Amino acid sequence: MTTNSLTTSQGAGRAGDKVFSGATLAAGCLILLVLFGVALFLVIQAIPALVAPPADIQGGHGFFAYIGPIVVGTLIAAVIALVIATPVAIGVALFISHYAPRKLASGLGYVVDLLAAIPSVVYGAWGAAFLAPQISPAYNWLASTMGWLPIFQGPASATGKTILTASIVLSVMVLPIITSLSREIFLQTPKLHEEAALALGATRWEMIKMAVLPFGRPGIVSAVMLGLGRALGETMAVALVLSSGVLTASLIQSGNQTIAAEIALNFPEASGLKVSTLIAAGLVLFVITLGVNMIARWIITRHKEFSGAN
Amino acid sequence: MTVTAPVARKRSALTKGQLPAFAPYVVLAVALVLGAAILALIGFNAFGWGLVSAILFTIGLVGWSAAVEGGRKSSDKLATCLIVGSFLVALLPLISVIWAVLVNGIPGIISPGFLTTSMNGVTGALDNKSVDEGTKVLGGIYHALLGTVQITLLATVISVPVGLLTAIYLVEYGNDRALARAITFFVDVMTGIPSIVAGLFAAAFFFAVVGPGTKTGAVAAVALSVLMIPVVVRSSEEMLKIVPNELREAAYALGVRKWRTILKVVIPTAISGIASGVTLAIARVIGETAPILVTAGFATTINNNVFGGWMASLPTFIYTQILNPTSPSNPDPSSQRAWGAALVLIILVMILNLGARLIARIFAPKAGR
Repeated sequence: MTTNSLTTSQGAGRAGDKVFSGATLAAGCLILLVLFGVALFLVIQAIPALVAPPADIQGGHGFFAYIGPIVVGTLIAAVIALVIATPVAIGVALFISHYAPRKLASGLGYVVDLLAAIPSVVYGAWGAAFLAPQISPAYNWLASTMGWLPIFQGPASATGKTILTASIVLSVMVLPIITSLSREIFLQTPKLHEEAALALGATRWEMIKMAVLPFGRPGIVSAVMLGLGRALGETMAVALVLSSGVLTASLIQSGNQTIAAEIALNFPEASGLKVSTLIAAGLVLFVITLGVNMIARWIITRHKEFSGAN
Repeated sequence: MTVTAPVARKRSALTKGQLPAFAPYVVLAVALVLGAAILALIGFNAFGWGLVSAILFTIGLVGWSAAVEGGRKSSDKLATCLIVGSFLVALLPLISVIWAVLVNGIPGIISPGFLTTSMNGVTGALDNKSVDEGTKVLGGIYHALLGTVQITLLATVISVPVGLLTAIYLVEYGNDRALARAITFFVDVMTGIPSIVAGLFAAAFFFAVVGPGTKTGAVAAVALSVLMIPVVVRSSEEMLKIVPNELREAAYALGVRKWRTILKVVIPTAISGIASGVTLAIARVIGETAPILVTAGFATTINNNVFGGWMASLPTFIYTQILNPTSPSNPDPSSQRAWGAALVLIILVMILNLGARLIARIFAPKAGR
């Protein structure tokens, strides 16, 4: 009764403040530690593969001869996926932001987000069981009419399980990412610019060309880069769809492999040096996607500074 | 003296040189008929009909517009056709995937015992027998469902405190310090970590700490946490940022300590957004396959211990049933089980997505008077 309740509660409160702010700080630092740990443990576990005699690595010519073709395969698959997905994604984003009726726009945005909600293994199953058989006649046609191009060199795969099919599935998976980011950017276009263009007699497409696209260009570039990051690291679509093999130029024959699929297919049964080799492959993938994502984030931050958006 | 010619024009000068309002419908009807005719020659199918008609419609409308209205209007029409077309193209895979999962998954899911039995004791011989003699397909996803729930739950238990506390640090204590900016940047970077690399990290970490070849549900949960934490941080941060500063200042003015303010005022105000963000994060990781594949292995039996032994999960169940059917000579029963599991997984993800919206609505703070 005689103790001063103000001072005692203050004492307890001060301790609580310290504990709480300490806990939040610790959580923040933990995240930095985890990211650091990702890099550190991957390096530690990968070292045996990097220093092992070349003959012991799968293929017998050392780690870099092993990883080289699958890095190229990864890049091929991701780039084709982006070439397919980017125009469609920008079109969908423009449709939702500038063409669809206002009342429908948010509902349509949700429909596109549903594409992102479907688990990747389901896409893989769909690509292998539905898309590949459906698309293989088209590959036969490509091989017979455009077979003189190295990328369409026949004979086309009879099952349709090729790098092109895998890229198409990948493009479906990166589409919602590029769409939702570009949509956000398009919606931020200054209304006055759009209205000024329309008032000068521009058609809707001219308005988009003059006001929306120049404003959104850095945003589109970074959205595409983030999509690239996703396409590079996507595993299941490739592991289930592609019947893998050595690096080949033809997109419609079975062959080629990506890093993520190589790890997923081999890691469960791997042991010893093979584990290290696959972890080193994962490290390579990590470095590539890290670079791509950092460039994308850098473009976004730079854009934020001079556009006045946000 | 000027002679006024009799005015016989029906349309005013303002609307001259425009397509009539019914033009798109006429072109559409013509395109559909022509498309059907062309497809009838080379063999009819619905997809080809839609594609050919869309191309004919675009050519027809743009060509007519170019003849009547000139280049600017016709390129506007072309752009409109392409943009609407790209949206329709984006809908195709969505409809196709959902259709494929429903058609192939329903026979699997209605086979008795699918949700309540595991794959324990289901062998290739049993699958061959079910194909040859037409008996029902045995085996189910109970063990995988259980594994998914346990792994996801543990991942949530790890990620939510870490993610939420980090978000609180960034919003309430960070003050744009170098550390806060570094955390924001690296959280963004973490969002882009490929899921299989997260799995490899957890595997490499436990291989180094516990021993080579350690594969349990807990390792998978750590891998999923690496993917989940950045999502939780981002969404909670956004929600904490929109809590009005007046509320914090009112609490400080009453002499309330900062941590009590955060716990009793800021978080309750933002709880609806935080909860829905967490639900969306769960929906994101529940379908992840690659990290579980490299960290928890596969199991065909029920495993109730997250910390010991290989564990099945729905995504890896789908993956292994497709890639390594139980009976290599008769993959149909395995693919039926895989599609059934895919349907269950999609239903789970959709429930979580809808749940996030419901939570946001139910826990939303009461609007002002």
